[in-house]
Amino acid sequence: MNNVLEVKNISKSFKDYSSEWARVFSWFGLKVKPLEEHHILRDINFNIAHGEAVGIVGENGAGKSTLLKMITGTLNPSKGTIQINGRISAILELGMGFHPDLTGRQNVYHSAGLMGFTHEQIEAVMDEIEAFAEIGDYFDQPVRTYSSGMQMRVAFAVATMYRPEILIVDEALSVGDAYFQHKSFERIRAFQKEGTTLLIVSHDRGAIQAICDRAILLEQGSVLKDGEPEAVMDFYNALIAQKENSSITQVETEDGKVQTISGTGEVQLEEISLINTKDEKIEYIAVGEEVTLNIKVKVNKLVPQMVVGYMIKDRLGQPIFGTNTHHYKQVIENPKEGSKIEFNFGFCMNLGVGSYSVTIAIHADDTHLSSNYEWQDQALVFNVVNTSKEEFVGSSWLKQKVEVKYVN
Amino acid sequence: MREVLRAVWAYRYFIISSIKTEFRSRFVRSKLGAVWMILHPLAQVLVYALILSQIMTAKLPGVATQYAYPIYILSGIIGWTLFAEILSKSLNIFISNANLLKKISFPKLALPLITIGTALVNFTIFLVMMFIVFGFLGHLPIHALQWIPILTLLTLTLALGIGLFLGTLNVFIRDIGQFMEIALNFWFWLTPVVYMMSIVPQKYHVLFMLNPMTGIVLGFQNVLLYDKAPDLSILIYPTLFAITSMILAMIVFYKAREEMADVL
Repeated sequence: MNNVLEVKNISKSFKDYSSEWARVFSWFGLKVKPLEEHHILRDINFNIAHGEAVGIVGENGAGKSTLLKMITGTLNPSKGTIQINGRISAILELGMGFHPDLTGRQNVYHSAGLMGFTHEQIEAVMDEIEAFAEIGDYFDQPVRTYSSGMQMRVAFAVATMYRPEILIVDEALSVGDAYFQHKSFERIRAFQKEGTTLLIVSHDRGAIQAICDRAILLEQGSVLKDGEPEAVMDFYNALIAQKENSSITQVETEDGKVQTISGTGEVQLEEISLINTKDEKIEYIAVGEEVTLNIKVKVNKLVPQMVVGYMIKDRLGQPIFGTNTHHYKQVIENPKEGSKIEFNFGFCMNLGVGSYSVTIAIHADDTHLSSNYEWQDQALVFNVVNTSKEEFVGSSWLKQKVEVKYVN
Repeated sequence: MREVLRAVWAYRYFIISSIKTEFRSRFVRSKLGAVWMILHPLAQVLVYALILSQIMTAKLPGVATQYAYPIYILSGIIGWTLFAEILSKSLNIFISNANLLKKISFPKLALPLITIGTALVNFTIFLVMMFIVFGFLGHLPIHALQWIPILTLLTLTLALGIGLFLGTLNVFIRDIGQFMEIALNFWFWLTPVVYMMSIVPQKYHVLFMLNPMTGIVLGFQNVLLYDKAPDLSILIYPTLFAITSMILAMIVFYKAREEMADVL
């Protein structure tokens, strides 16, 4: 039994009765048919192991919040069971139950009490909470005088005062100042190292891929994908762009990664390659080398206009650089059916050493969200190696001028 | 049931701190602070004692002081106030805490306990203020005081039983709360707090005794005005009523608890 969370056949529906009295009668075994049943979640199944970090993604209304509420226990599933081993702490509604006229300290006692802690337990970590929140004298001032960022700080400090077995983090975390965001992420990471299971809800692809080792995609109340975050996020991205009669396929590439191809197919990618100054196709590129990304597309059907864009991602799937022809005022109007068009993006490979992938998007406007003809993740994989530059670390190469001298 | 009690016990600190918070937040921004906790009930007591003693000077049979009528009213009003406060708060207890219930998982039964705690503090202060005023009026009913906790417990159970039963239904059928606000007004005037049972025609006495609050208020008046033990025979019916309503409340709450967060 290594699972901290087991979700079995969970379904949730909200029932509408012709009269609320009918609902009351239904509790006492009277067979009253609800007028309508809204199914929010259907047959959700997953297990989360000890120490896993799982991202939950999905569009608004996909059922993410309902699922989380059932895991935290504020809602009850209509069917199925949820088995939890250990204490859950949720950073869903930071500052819930804060009273504006009480001081930060008094509110800490109150809201930690709401989480079920005893007075002694709270007292033991009070100094730590005060230190973590870093709001100085404000800690003993009424909360109504706080900025929303300060309130967030205290609330986060309370929610994470003791390491929980499962920590649920909602988007809420993305508010607040950059400094505290880093600080709170650090604490979350530290918890994770000590064995806390993380459940993260976010639309932020970067956050999910940076922290999670698994992602679950919810769509219309069902689990659509459950797996490696990069593949799931690629699928999710394609899903957002999905239009009528558009298709999404995922194929496994030679190196075991999952490649997502989606789109309506009016225009398709024919060929993509990186070319050096000697006009050779290359896969290993030296830091700072001048290269051209060559993209050939085929127009299958007449479209009003066409934009081609690319995005370079690092091995974790984090975006490194991306742009498209729209931004360079090179939109093609009414390309002829059957024609083949070539695009060349020339640049210097000022990236750090590592493996990168290129995502290609062919669409009508400046984003792929409307009329997405084709979206192809990992259309090309290349490696950057350092052959001629001085030793450096990081994801990008910045040309240096280093000067050292005595000043006295 | 044992599990529920254990969960509530684990939240005892929260319950106590919530009661404190309730008072603290009420007075924190006023200069006099907690003094208001005393001034409010004191003013209420004085209004009845001073004003009514001048207007209604008629003596009650068997009571020596000329302040008989104000003492009569105060004795009844203290029981009624406790009842009405708990009942009206319980009616909206889940609705007014909807935000908490929807977002944080904690034992729901902590909420009525907070209500009871707050009401008991108010009741105690009122009682002390009343005795101070009684002292000035030369009336010190201390011979049957041991009955006060029993009457209080009975009032609590009755108010909470009715309040939680209707308060649970009120989450789903909001008209109940509105209706009860009006009903509580009528209920007050159908209970012998301001007037005496003796002015009620004998043939209606049976109907009056169907009101569980009648027996309880008469009990408070016995202890605080006549300085003697309450008539136990008229407390049997309110006790049965209180226990029954409490059981019903628990059943309805148990059945409703799963769907409650869905409609809040």
